[in-house]
Amino acid sequence: MSVAVSPIDEVKTTPWSGGRSPFNVEYGKMMMWFFLLSDAFTFSSLLISYGSLRFSSAVWPGADKVFQSVPGLVEHGAPLVFVGLMTFILIMSSVTMVLAVEAGHRNAKKEVITWMILTVIGGFMFLGCQALEWSHLHSEGFWWSSIPNAETLKEFFTTGALADQQRSAHQFANLFFTITGFHGFHVFTGVIINIIITINVLLGTYEKRGSYLMVEKVGLYWHFVDLVWVFVFTFFYLV
Amino acid sequence: MSSEPTAVHADGEEHETMTRGKIWKVFFILLAITCVEFIIALWMVPSGIIPGHVANPVYIVLTLFKAFYIVAYFMHLKFEKLGLALAIIVPILFIIGLILVLTNESHHWIDLRG
Repeated sequence: MSVAVSPIDEVKTTPWSGGRSPFNVEYGKMMMWFFLLSDAFTFSSLLISYGSLRFSSAVWPGADKVFQSVPGLVEHGAPLVFVGLMTFILIMSSVTMVLAVEAGHRNAKKEVITWMILTVIGGFMFLGCQALEWSHLHSEGFWWSSIPNAETLKEFFTTGALADQQRSAHQFANLFFTITGFHGFHVFTGVIINIIITINVLLGTYEKRGSYLMVEKVGLYWHFVDLVWVFVFTFFYLV
Repeated sequence: MSSEPTAVHADGEEHETMTRGKIWKVFFILLAITCVEFIIALWMVPSGIIPGHVANPVYIVLTLFKAFYIVAYFMHLKFEKLGLALAIIVPILFIIGLILVLTNESHHWIDLRG
């Protein structure tokens, strides 16, 4: 004997009527996406304030003049070479990360470990390069609210009065160290999280769980860090 | 959502993912775009083939291409449900508003400073 179910009592199964998640992703992964969205807003506001301060300045330090050394090798005349290396390292470590995720889909524990370790090494290499870059700028006299003396400062500009140069150099120094510092902090936390996940993979946590979804989630964070660098690179070193 | 009818019984099945070949393909695209940026910055602008104010929009377009490849393929957003992709991308569009407002504002600041 069948009971007639009125339409209002029917169990709904379609995604947008509450039957199941319309996004069809695991909770943690969805939350990682929303965290990254909020982080994207933070970085955007930093970069947009950089843009508006730069647009409102009559002069601005030339990127090819400020960044023209390869620490330890060349002091002058190699613009963009060192930052090109840093960009390459970060893209490369993004690739090893996505290869770790791909290996995770096949439950290949050994491969996940190899790619994760390479990703961590890439992260450390990037941080090392950034430390060299910072100490080089610091040795020239740049730091938070500190700029080189008038004689050195002239080399970074093509035109402009000294007062204008000093004002924009101050803004440049503050913005550069704040924004690359905030990005470097993200790289640093990313490396720490990657190490924790690598240890978990080594211990077999995800093997027991039967899924390497955690690798995918930290992968999202790591790619985001790479994504932010793409923008920082363009707006500080190219434009 | 247009994907609703197929989603009922295709939960794992239509979850297309990245193969190793595709990963390296995207890597070489990113590398090629970066190389083009370097060629513009180190050779075309200094030698005067293209002026700086033309190069800047080109950099930004190339950067957006790189961002697309990272988000769509490395971060896998292209293979997620349309709903999730929209939930992430649509709020980002508001940033464009802030860029327009503040770049416009900064043109007034430069006048104020005289």
